[in-house]
Amino acid sequence: MATVIVDVMPKEVLLDPAGKATARALQRFGDGEITDVRIGKRFELTIDGEVTPKLLEHIGEIAKDVLSNEVIEDVVSIRVAD
Amino acid sequence: MTEHIPDTVENAAATPEKDQPYHLLGLKPDEYQRIRDILGRRPTSGELAMYSVMWSEHCSYKSSKVHLRQFGQKVSPEMTKHLMVGMGENAGVVDIGEGWAVTFKIESHNHPSYIEPFQGAATGVGGIVRDIISMGARPVAVMDALRFGAIDHPDTNRVINGVVSGISFYGNCLGLPNIGGETWFDPVYQANPLVNALAVGALRHEDLHLANAKGVGNLVVLFGARTGGDGIGGASILASDTFAEGGPTKRPAVQVGDPFAEKVLIECCLELFAGDCVEGIQDLGAAGISCATSELASNGDGGMFVTLDNVLLRDPTLTAEEILMSESQERMMAIVRPEKLDAFLAVTTKWDVEASVLGEVTDTGRLVIEWKGQTIVDVDPRTVAIDGPVYNRPMEYPAWLDALQADSPAKFDRATGGDELKKQFLAILGSPNEADTDWITNQYDYYVMGNTALHTPDGAGMIRIDEESGLGVALATDANGRYCQLDPYLGAQLALVEAYRNVASSGATPMAVSDCLNFGSPENPEVMWQFARAVEGLADGCLELGIPVTGGNVSFYNQTGDVPIHPTPVVAVLGSIDNVARRLPSGWQDDGENLYLLGVTHDELGGSAWAGAVHNHLGGLPPRVDFDSEKNVAGLLSAAALEGLVTSATDLGTGGFLRAVTDGVLRFGVGARVWIDEIMDRDGVDSTAALFSETQARVLVSVAREDDVKFRGLCDGRNVPVLRVGVTDSTSGVLEVQGLFDIPVAELARVHRGTLPAHFGPVVGG
Repeated sequence: MATVIVDVMPKEVLLDPAGKATARALQRFGDGEITDVRIGKRFELTIDGEVTPKLLEHIGEIAKDVLSNEVIEDVVSIRVAD
Repeated sequence: MTEHIPDTVENAAATPEKDQPYHLLGLKPDEYQRIRDILGRRPTSGELAMYSVMWSEHCSYKSSKVHLRQFGQKVSPEMTKHLMVGMGENAGVVDIGEGWAVTFKIESHNHPSYIEPFQGAATGVGGIVRDIISMGARPVAVMDALRFGAIDHPDTNRVINGVVSGISFYGNCLGLPNIGGETWFDPVYQANPLVNALAVGALRHEDLHLANAKGVGNLVVLFGARTGGDGIGGASILASDTFAEGGPTKRPAVQVGDPFAEKVLIECCLELFAGDCVEGIQDLGAAGISCATSELASNGDGGMFVTLDNVLLRDPTLTAEEILMSESQERMMAIVRPEKLDAFLAVTTKWDVEASVLGEVTDTGRLVIEWKGQTIVDVDPRTVAIDGPVYNRPMEYPAWLDALQADSPAKFDRATGGDELKKQFLAILGSPNEADTDWITNQYDYYVMGNTALHTPDGAGMIRIDEESGLGVALATDANGRYCQLDPYLGAQLALVEAYRNVASSGATPMAVSDCLNFGSPENPEVMWQFARAVEGLADGCLELGIPVTGGNVSFYNQTGDVPIHPTPVVAVLGSIDNVARRLPSGWQDDGENLYLLGVTHDELGGSAWAGAVHNHLGGLPPRVDFDSEKNVAGLLSAAALEGLVTSATDLGTGGFLRAVTDGVLRFGVGARVWIDEIMDRDGVDSTAALFSETQARVLVSVAREDDVKFRGLCDGRNVPVLRVGVTDSTSGVLEVQGLFDIPVAELARVHRGTLPAHFGPVVGG
């Protein structure tokens, strides 16, 4: 059993309302050194068997087509968990 | 990283031969030359950015302007009597009495909603709501007119799910009831859905605000969300270009909306208005700061000085050109007297809204913008915002139209008996365009704020404006693209009379119109002909009915590949009612009430739901329009509502008589027995026409027995043709079409409500 982790983030140029609200809340709590927060998504895919380069490539496609909305999000990393 | 060096006015004058990518920004060679002529030099890159977005079709109305003038010319004194603000401002304002005014407008967000349905539709709602705020009003309701591709096409599922969740997300978060609208499915909208969002707001007469920058020395303040890289160039690239089929889908950066920021902005603006902190105000939509500064300056004293470095940025790496073009949402620009600035900032601080002073109003006649200490824009703002290019585009009578009109549905055999009519009726009732839209509207909150008097599935939405007196407004949107394809002049008028009749059927008096004109490419002479005919039809129709067009928008380039959409001029009619307690629901609730049909029936089945759903046919001519009859019926309904003589009213539109009866039955689940013999005898039509014809100016009403004589007297007195066509029946649980067929109410409901869920999944709360 292996786990593949896919990280998805909102595109940098776009507004991230939840991240903005969190940053404002942290600043209100006195954490002035935190100037910005961006909130993304982490997917943990449990794999039956070995993670081959071919499978990783396939997961890359899934990440782009299904796990993320490529109009407003970027897949920032795909990696096998330790 | 190399720092971006802004192109200054000085630099532009010194380097006249510099090659500029004007064509990538959507400008034609002659338009670029015109900018050079206006400035007497080449534009700076900042100026080029401003001209390109402001001269885009979306912002400049360059192809439609020559036709839209009719809305200002075909006007009678009756039409302007209640008009406080007409076309040209952010939204029209209508006086509804008791010191109240309402402002409303419908606007398209079509292309963004295909690229990213959720955010596209959400920011469509956000944009139209800001138009309402900028008039000084509190938004009180929204509506949406939607068009999607074929219901069984796989991509329709993606688009409808995204669009409907986007609208519900933004509207529900804002706390605005969504009280109506309409939805159609047709393959012509497959790669080009239409999302037309309407918002209505209420204000006291004295709270009216306009978008102008007056008073030399007054400050220009940008407030709301920070400026980021959202939808840069969206106005010119997105709204004025066609989606090419085959090639990779165009997916530029779209905008992401934040409804909670907008909600705060609404409350902040209303408090600023109440504290008299604002001289002029403009929302930032398409073309962002370019649009707001040039329009405010053009409509005021003519000059403005802005330091672009003062714009609060979400992304500090933005270039000056990007800041000028950014379409970041939830931003407003206000003109503030210097002595009021502290009070202004106290209010924005209270609401946790960021604000920065960008510059001031001048009387130089120039809009001057500085960036890093150098002048990057120096233009006459009128050349940017008002005196853009105007085109008299070539028009051509469509080559295919005569053949289409000649292909009348008269060629189809008529049903011979009750069984066949029943089968046809059920086919119509379950067809995508006639089916119940609970799947959509149940995702919207239609009761929030507690002032909703009517909402979907009622033909019009109604909102109480004054909680003491009960004064309210009703709104309906309509457009039948099938009718418009057959005859755009009549089609636009049919959209108008349908919306007018929907409002009248709620018991309100129609007062004003806003329109959202969705068409194909203006560079196609046949499309341009359709557009010109539709505008002419609408302007003539408004003059006949005595209600003005107060504003709206034009959306061109709606097509998939080379195939333009059906002309879709969505018409929104607003009416007022003295007391919403006297509203007329669209269905009957009590047993033994008489059903009356107002108006006469002709054999009019061209472009009808019957032709479409039963015969998969579009051809012939749409129904005729009779404005005098429409006005008569509307007047009667208003009088009957005032006297409490009718208990419900349902207008006859697509699907005809039997569809209206079904609406009456299903609204509260009360059956009825109806008969059509007298319609057939009096009007000389067969059973198919009596049941399914879409003749206009007809309304079905229910009348309590004790009011029967009075009601008939009212009809006689007003010369409205009337026939008793049925009785309500709360015990049988059946709709009986006498002598033809019976259908249990439960089966009607199943057929009518089953279509959308069968394609898109279960109904929320259903």
